[in-house]
Amino acid sequence: MESLIGVLVGAPLLGAAVLLCGGKALDRAGHWLGTLLAAASFVVGAVLFFGMLGRAGDDRAMHSHLWSWIPVDGFRADVAFQLDQLSMTFVLLITGVGTLIHVYSIGYMEHDERRRRFFGYLNLFLAAMLLLVLADNFLLLYVGWEGVGLASYLLIGFWQHKPSAATAAKKAFLVNRVGDAGLAIAIFLMFTTFGSFAFAPVLANAGDASEGKLTAIGLMLLLAACGKSAQVPLQSWLGDAMEGPTPVSALIHAATMVTAGVYLITRSGAIFNGAPDAQLAVVVVGAVTLLFGAIVGCAKDDIKKALAGSTMSQIGYMILAAGLGPVGYAFAIMHLVTHGFFKAGLFLGAGSVMHGMNDEVDMRRYGGLRKYMPVTFVTFGLGYLAIIGFPGLSGFFSKDQIIEAAFGKGGTQGWILGGVALLGAAITAYYMTRVMIMTFFGEERWRTERTPSPDRPDVEPAASVRGEHAEPHPHESPGVMTIPMIVLAIGSVAAGAVFKLGDSFVNWLEPVTQFEHGHPPVSATVVTTATIVALVIGVGAAWLQYGRRPVPAVAPRGNLLTRAARRDLLQDDFNHAVLVTGGTHLTRSLVYTDNKVVDGAVNGTAAAFGGLSGRLRRVQNGFARTYAVSMFGGAAVLIAATLLMRAV
Amino acid sequence: MSFPLLTVTAALPAVGAVATAAVPAARRTAAKWSALLFSLATLVLAAVVLARFDPDGGRYQLTESHAWIADFGVRYELGVDGIGAVMIALTALLIPFVVAAGWHDADPGEERPSSRWRPTQGFFALILAVEAMVIVSFAATDVFLFYIFFEAMLIPMYFLIGGFGDRAHAAGEDEGAKQRSYAAVKFLLYNLAGGLIMLAAVVGLYAVTADQLGTGTFSLQQIAEARSSGELTMATTTERLLFLGFFVAFAIKAPLWPVHTWLPNAMGEATAPVAVLITAVVDKVGTFAMLRFCLGLFPGASDWATPVVIALALVSILYGALLAVGQRDIKRLVAYASISHFGFIILGIFAMTSQGQGGATLYMVFHGISTAALMLVAGFLISRRGSRLIADFGGVQKVAPVLAGTFLVGGLATLSLPGLAPFVSEFLVLVGTFSRYPVAGIVATAGIILAALYVLLLYQRTMTGPVKRPEIEKMPDLRARELAVAVPLVALLVVLGLFPKPLTEIVNPAVEHTMSDVKKTDPKPQRPVAEHGWFDYKPARHSGGEHE
Amino acid sequence: MSPANYVYLAALLFTIGAAGVLLRRNAIVVFMCVELMLNAANLTLIAFSRMHGNLDGQIMAFFVMVVAAAEVVVGLAIIVMLYRSRHSASVDDANLMKL
Repeated sequence: MESLIGVLVGAPLLGAAVLLCGGKALDRAGHWLGTLLAAASFVVGAVLFFGMLGRAGDDRAMHSHLWSWIPVDGFRADVAFQLDQLSMTFVLLITGVGTLIHVYSIGYMEHDERRRRFFGYLNLFLAAMLLLVLADNFLLLYVGWEGVGLASYLLIGFWQHKPSAATAAKKAFLVNRVGDAGLAIAIFLMFTTFGSFAFAPVLANAGDASEGKLTAIGLMLLLAACGKSAQVPLQSWLGDAMEGPTPVSALIHAATMVTAGVYLITRSGAIFNGAPDAQLAVVVVGAVTLLFGAIVGCAKDDIKKALAGSTMSQIGYMILAAGLGPVGYAFAIMHLVTHGFFKAGLFLGAGSVMHGMNDEVDMRRYGGLRKYMPVTFVTFGLGYLAIIGFPGLSGFFSKDQIIEAAFGKGGTQGWILGGVALLGAAITAYYMTRVMIMTFFGEERWRTERTPSPDRPDVEPAASVRGEHAEPHPHESPGVMTIPMIVLAIGSVAAGAVFKLGDSFVNWLEPVTQFEHGHPPVSATVVTTATIVALVIGVGAAWLQYGRRPVPAVAPRGNLLTRAARRDLLQDDFNHAVLVTGGTHLTRSLVYTDNKVVDGAVNGTAAAFGGLSGRLRRVQNGFARTYAVSMFGGAAVLIAATLLMRAV
Repeated sequence: MSFPLLTVTAALPAVGAVATAAVPAARRTAAKWSALLFSLATLVLAAVVLARFDPDGGRYQLTESHAWIADFGVRYELGVDGIGAVMIALTALLIPFVVAAGWHDADPGEERPSSRWRPTQGFFALILAVEAMVIVSFAATDVFLFYIFFEAMLIPMYFLIGGFGDRAHAAGEDEGAKQRSYAAVKFLLYNLAGGLIMLAAVVGLYAVTADQLGTGTFSLQQIAEARSSGELTMATTTERLLFLGFFVAFAIKAPLWPVHTWLPNAMGEATAPVAVLITAVVDKVGTFAMLRFCLGLFPGASDWATPVVIALALVSILYGALLAVGQRDIKRLVAYASISHFGFIILGIFAMTSQGQGGATLYMVFHGISTAALMLVAGFLISRRGSRLIADFGGVQKVAPVLAGTFLVGGLATLSLPGLAPFVSEFLVLVGTFSRYPVAGIVATAGIILAALYVLLLYQRTMTGPVKRPEIEKMPDLRARELAVAVPLVALLVVLGLFPKPLTEIVNPAVEHTMSDVKKTDPKPQRPVAEHGWFDYKPARHSGGEHE
Repeated sequence: MSPANYVYLAALLFTIGAAGVLLRRNAIVVFMCVELMLNAANLTLIAFSRMHGNLDGQIMAFFVMVVAAAEVVVGLAIIVMLYRSRHSASVDDANLMKL
C-alpha cells in the first residue's frame, strides 16, 4: 500500500519527462498519454482512499520513505512521503480536477501546435503539486512549492510569443519567490529551533518552543502562503497570470496551486496554535484579501480577471478560517475543496465561452450567450449559484461555516471578522451576478462590437493559429470540453451537502487538524439568515445595475473606487513606482559605480603606475653626460648623507 | 611504494597538452580529438580517484611524498581529502565539455592561411595544461607546491583569454582584440598582485616554522601536527598577517567583492568555453584554498576575520546579483551571477558550521556544472547570432526550442530551483549560515529573489516574445555536438539535485576535519528533537483553545 | 702657508673639471676638463705627500702623469676620428649606440 504513494507522484512525473524530452513523434498521442497518466494517478489516489477508509480514524496516516536526500552532519532531509487525511483530500482534489482539466484541454488546445508540451507542463504541475501535499518534511514540501511555481511560470508564459504573457509569467515567479524566501527562512528557524524540519518532530514538539520563535516561524510561513495564494500584499501576480491558457487558470490559479498556502497553514497548525500573534496576522491577511479580491472582481471587464479577483477573495476566506485555529482548519479545507469544484467549473465555462467567441475576454462584448451555449450556461450557472452561497449548494455550506467561525472568534475581533466575511459574501454575490448577467443575459453586444476588441491586440492568443475569422459565431464547445464542466458542476452542487452530512468532512480531518466547536455570540441560524440576506442584497444590487439597464459596450469612466479597482487598487502602480523604477535606478547606478568607482580604483592604480613610469622613462635619455650627472649627483648625495649621519 | 595515482591523473593532461601541441598544423581535427580523448582519459582516472577514496579512511588519502628542494624543506607532497577528491572530479568532468563546446572556437580564420599558423593546437593544449595545473593545486598538500601551480595557471589562462577571444564582438574585430588584450592583462596583473602577496606570506610561513621547529617546512600535515602538539605556536599578529596574505590571493582568485572586477572582463572577452574554464574550474581553486589553507593553517586568524569576510560575502551576493540584473551583455551577466554565487560559497566556508562548509563544497561542484550548462548553451546562442548583447535576441524559443529549453534549465539551476543540484548546496549554505549568523542568513536569502530576477529577465529578453530579426528566424536548433554537451550537463543537474548523497558522503568527513581544525562545533538547536522514528507521530489532542 | 690650502685648491680645480665634463659638449673641452681633474688629483697627492712627510704620493703622481699622457694619445686620436666622420666634435652627436 505504502509503495503506491510514490506512484501518485511518479506517474505524472513520468508523463512530464516523456512529453518534454520526447520528440515530435509524440505530437499525435502526447495529450492522451498525459491525460492517461493523470487519470492513473487519480485511480491510485482513489485506491489509497478506500484503503484508508477501511482503517480507524487515527490509524490512517501512511508513510513511505524513498531515499535519504541530503545527509549532512546534524542535518537530515529525506525524500519521504506522508499520506494522511489532509494530504488525501488534496490528492483527490488535485488528481480529480487535474484529470478533468486534462480532458478539457484536449479540446481546448486542439489547434495549438505545441499541445504536447502543454500536456507535459500540466503533468509536471501535477507531480509538483502532489509532491507538495505528500511531502513529510518542509524541505521536500519546498521542492514541490517551487516546482508548482515553475510549472505555473511555464504555463502562464505558454504563449511565449506574446510579450505580455512572458512578462506575467516572470512576475508570477518573482512574486512567488519572495514568498518562497519566507518559507526558506521558516525552515531555517525550524532547524535552529528543533534541529529538524520534518513534520512529525517539529509539529509534535512545537509546544516546547518559545512563543517568540513560533511567532517568527508562523509569520514566515504566512509570507510564503501570501506569495503562493496571492494574498495581500503579494497578490499582484494573480490577475496577470490570466495570460495563461484558460485550463491553466482553472487548474493552477483557481483550484489547486493557489490554495497551497491554505494547506501550508493548516499543515503547520501546531505552530500557529502556539503563536496567537501569528494567527492574528493570518486572520488579518485573510480578511483584507477577501475584501480586496472582491472589490477588484467587481470592476474587471475581463471575465478571467474578474474570476481571478474572486479566487483571491475566496482564498481570503480560507486563510481567514485557517487563521482561526482548530476552530477553522477543517472549514478552510472544506471551502478549499468546494471552491476547487465551482471555481474550476467557472473557469472552464469561461474558457468555453472564449472558445466560442474568438478568445474574446471582454464581458462587455458578450451578452445573451445562453441561447448559443446551453451546456456552458447551465454548468456555469450552477457554479455561480455555488460560489455565491445559494442555499443547498456547496458554497453555501462551506462559506457559512467560515462566517460562523469568524463570529466565533469572540469579542470585537469576532464582530469585525464576521462582519467582513458577511460583507464579502454580499460583494461576491454582486460581482458574480454581474459576470453572469453580462455574459449570458442581455443584448447580444458581440453582434455590433468587433471581437476581439481591436484596442487590445495582445489578449488574442491563438485565433490566427486556429484560422478563425474575426466575426464571432458563438457555439457550444465539443463534448470533450463540456463533460468535465458537467462533472465539476455536479461537484459544485453536491459536494457541500455531502461534506456537511453528519459533519463527515470535519470528522474525517479531525485526527490531523483537530477540531473544536466555535462559540459564535449569536446563534447559527442568525448567521445563516444574515448570510442569505447579504446574498440577496448583492444579487439585487447587481441586477439593478446590469440586469435592468443595457450594459454599455465601452466601460464608463466610473467613480474613483471603480477606477482604482480596475487597476488592482493601485498595487501595481505602487510596485512599479517603488520596486521597478527604484530597482532600475539602483542597478543602473550600481553598474556605473562598478565601472567607475570599484573598477576605476583598479584602473586608476594602473594609470598611476603607467604615468609615473612615463615620467621616469624620460630620465633615460641616452646621453652619457646625463648619466654622469646623475652618478655625480648621486655620489654627492651619498657623501653628504654619510657626513650628515656622522655629524649627528 | 604504491601507484602514484594523483601524479598520473595530473600528468595525463599535461602529456595530452604536449601531444596536442605537437600535432602538425594541417591536422587540426586530430588535435581536437587528441584533446578530447586525453580529457576523457583524465576523467576516467579522476573517477578512479573518487572510487578509491574511502570516506571512512584517513584525512588525506592516495598520498605521495618526495623530497624536492631539500634545503628549503619543499616537498612534492600530494594527497586528497574528500573536498580535494570531488574538486578533482569536477575539473576532470568539465574539461571534456569545455573541449567539445570549443570545437570550432579556435579554427583559424580565412585570412591566415599560413601552414605554420596553429591556433587550434595551441588552444586545446592550453586547456589541457590548465587542467593539469588545477589538478595539482587541488591535490597539493605542500604549500609551496600549491603556490607554484596556483601561479603557473595564470600563464596558459592569459593566452587563452588574450589569444582566443570571442569573435562576436559588437565593436568590430580590432576593438575586440584590444578589449581582449585589456581583459587578459587585467586578469594577469590582478592575480599576480594577489600571488605576490601570497608569496610573501608563504615565505613568512617558512620563517615561522624554521624559527620554531628548527627546520622550515611547507607540509600541511607537518604543520598541523606541530600545531596540535603545541610545538608550533604563532603569535596572534603573525598569524593574522599570514592569513591575510593567503586570503587576499584567494579572494582575488575567487573573486570576492571588491576585487572582482577582472572577472566580468575576462569572462566577457574570452570564448564561452574559456569563460567556463575560468569561473567553473580555475576560480574554484581560490575558494578551495580558503577552505584548505586559510582555515587549516590559521584557524585563529580565520575566526578573527570571519565578521569582515561574511560582510564582504554578503556584499558580493547582493552586489553581484544586482549588477547581473543591469547587464546588457549575456556573458557579463553570467559573470556577475558567478560573483554572487562565489559570495555564497565564501559565506558557507566562513559560517563555520558543518552544513555551511559541506554546502560550500557542494556549491563549488554544482555551481561548476550549472554555470557550464548556462554559459556553454549561451555560447552556442552567441555563435549563432554573432552578438553577445541581450538586445540583439528575442523570440529564440520559437525557432530553437531545444536550445531555449536547455538554456532555461541552466538558468533555473543558476537560480537554485529545488530539484536541481545547486538548490541542495545553496540551501545548506543558507541554513548553515543562519544557524550561526541569523541576520546574515536572512540577507543572503534575499539573493535568491534577485537570482530569479536576473535569470528570468535574461530568459525573457532573449528567448520569448516575437521573433525580432531575420537572423533569428534562420537560427538552427542545437546540433548533435552541442546536444552532446548540453544534455549530459542538464542530466547531471537533475540527478545530483535528487540524489546528492554520494557526494555528501565523501565530503562530510573532510568537513568534520576542517571543523575540528578551527575548533568549532555546530550551534545546537534550542529545543533539539531526539532522533526518533518519523513514523509514530500522532498530534497531541488540543485541550481547549484559548478563545473559549 | 698650510698645505691644506693646496687641498682646497685641488678640490676647486676638480670641481671645475667635473662641471666641465658634465656640462660642456665640445669633446676637446671635455677632454681638457678631464686633464684638469687628473691634475687636481695630482695636486692632492703631492700635498698629502708633503703633509705626511713621505714620498708615496709623489710616486703616485708620476704614475698618474704617465697614464694621463697615454690617455691623451688615445683620446685625441678618437676625437680626431670622430671629427672626421661626423664633422663635429660634440659629444652628443656620437649617439649611434643609442636606441
